[in-house]
Amino acid sequence: MPIVQADPKRVESGIHFTLGNYALVEGAITAGCDFFGGYPITPANEISEMMSKRLPQVGGKFMQGEDELCSIYACAGAALAGAKAMTATASAGFNYMQEGLGYCYTVEAPVVIANVQRCRGENYASQADVMQMRWGASGDYEAIVVCPASVQELYDYTIWAFNLAQEYRNPVIIMSETTIALMRERLDIPPAAQISLTNRRYTTLSPEEYMPFAAAPYGCPDAAPLGKGYHTIYSLNPHNEAGGIDWDPQEFDRLYRRITGKIRENSDRICRAERIMLDDAEYALVAYGSETRPAVEAAQMLREDGIKAGVLKLCNVWPVPERQIREAAREVRKLFAVEMNIGKYAGEIERVAGGICGVSRITKNLGLIHTPTEIYQAVKEDLK
Amino acid sequence: MSELKINPNRRFLRPEKLPHFFCSGCGCGQVLNYFCQALDALDMTPEEMLTIGGVGCTARIPIYLKSDTFHGVHGRTLAWATGVKLVRPELPVVIFAGDGDLASIGGNHFIHAARRNLDVTVIMVNNLNFAMTGGQVAPTTPEGAHTMTTPYGSAEPRFDICKLAEAAGATHVERWTTSRPVQCVAAIKRALSHKGFSLIEIVSQCPTHFGRYALGSGDPQKLVQWIKDYTYTEAEGAKMTPEEREGKLLCAQFVNTERPVYEGTNEVL
Repeated sequence: MPIVQADPKRVESGIHFTLGNYALVEGAITAGCDFFGGYPITPANEISEMMSKRLPQVGGKFMQGEDELCSIYACAGAALAGAKAMTATASAGFNYMQEGLGYCYTVEAPVVIANVQRCRGENYASQADVMQMRWGASGDYEAIVVCPASVQELYDYTIWAFNLAQEYRNPVIIMSETTIALMRERLDIPPAAQISLTNRRYTTLSPEEYMPFAAAPYGCPDAAPLGKGYHTIYSLNPHNEAGGIDWDPQEFDRLYRRITGKIRENSDRICRAERIMLDDAEYALVAYGSETRPAVEAAQMLREDGIKAGVLKLCNVWPVPERQIREAAREVRKLFAVEMNIGKYAGEIERVAGGICGVSRITKNLGLIHTPTEIYQAVKEDLK
Repeated sequence: MSELKINPNRRFLRPEKLPHFFCSGCGCGQVLNYFCQALDALDMTPEEMLTIGGVGCTARIPIYLKSDTFHGVHGRTLAWATGVKLVRPELPVVIFAGDGDLASIGGNHFIHAARRNLDVTVIMVNNLNFAMTGGQVAPTTPEGAHTMTTPYGSAEPRFDICKLAEAAGATHVERWTTSRPVQCVAAIKRALSHKGFSLIEIVSQCPTHFGRYALGSGDPQKLVQWIKDYTYTEAEGAKMTPEEREGKLLCAQFVNTERPVYEGTNEVL
């Protein structure tokens, strides 16, 4: 994939004190985002508002669709037309976007979607959509979902999300949360020279030779520009390597194995997890998003009590960082799955760690982030 | 021995896709033909275009064209087009939508794209029902018509999609029928040359479903005659009484104006 340096005109290098939603916008601008389609919804509005201001400053296009469907499909259209396209929404709005997301997976349109999770129509903290982000659309596909835990990471992970989308020609979801989206924190933006970006690869073949959906078994196809004679059909229907709608079972198999395999078989290159106080730990708290913050504090409290606890911070939840979870499971006596919902991703951790070590759940579904004390007490109670 | 003649407009089609999948007597093939004639007359090529189809019979028309094509999602043709036109304003975009795709599931995108004056051509093939799914009632089905989901006759009034487009702000609106091929080609030519939102509605026959269920015949010739009787031109209308015009659709150019097209906010320095 072509790797380029970030455009200095798009990078506001320096130290900032800013809102999480604004940090995400700056990450997108740095990453080369040149199209944004949004629809008003709290707590994602600051993303649209700042995008409407920032994009025209860098030559990009902003639009507010008539609904979420327009926004996600406008992004799909813009992405297939060559743009680095993005939309932002919050849980209820993300429901509407599943249809367009399914199209993006199938035609391999690299759209970035920020989903600022909220609770059932109210702006309370939640991680209840963690499974929807993986399984929301119909059909066979693999999702990439990154989960920042701070204002700084909202900037950093947004750049990462754009790079992943371009590299794999797959939609990438930034799983944000009310907690971090509406929080103000320090943001360090490095010089543009230190930021590298991935651009999708375009074909060098002639229209006669070009096969729009041909790629290595677990690879992603090269793109072609629109309106230049490549006459490609981007259809949601099952399609063969030439792009033709094809109902042949072997063609089904080839298409879906490749669009799922390009993520699954590259999961080691995609997945990231941070090990915090884990090297000598006997117990590991596995957390993602804003829940890693109280988890780290709880681990420190446990250590003060002589319990060697650490944190495995998942930087992305999908594809599941199985290697990192499995390694942690081998090193400790027990894993604790910490999350802000009724207990969803815990099932994935149990699946991966099953037969290696025990897994206990520390879950909370009150519209409130865990306090460090709650996690600390839950571990103490479990170990009694 | 007669010489085998090949339609010169076949150069616009993907040879590997033929024969097409439309039912015998369906109007979609005619509309594809009209479109190719318009391209030929304007010296345009589909290779330099994006054509879009949603879901349905009409949505399959672009599949046969040698153009870049988006296809396969119901009702979102104009949502796709909005993103494309903001990024590539110079790229011609032509949408083929059925009445179900455009007037039913895609209705909201339709009125807003017209309001914005998005620079696209929309060719709506109105076969008066949901055909690909088996002949269910559509917002364009005449009141009282029998379809697979209105066994006792439709209890809803029908949409006049041209009036809707005009009210929403479309800058070029025409309605014709498969019984008036010359007018169809001329209208598509005007639409392709128009800067702004064009809607060309073509009332078309569906022998397999609407014809058999609502009109009691699957004979395309009889159905084209029915369409001719169901519609009237301005000249024909002048000789008709208001009672004779009642319930029938006027075929005409309703709007042809200019106003700024939607391109989003330009670069701010």
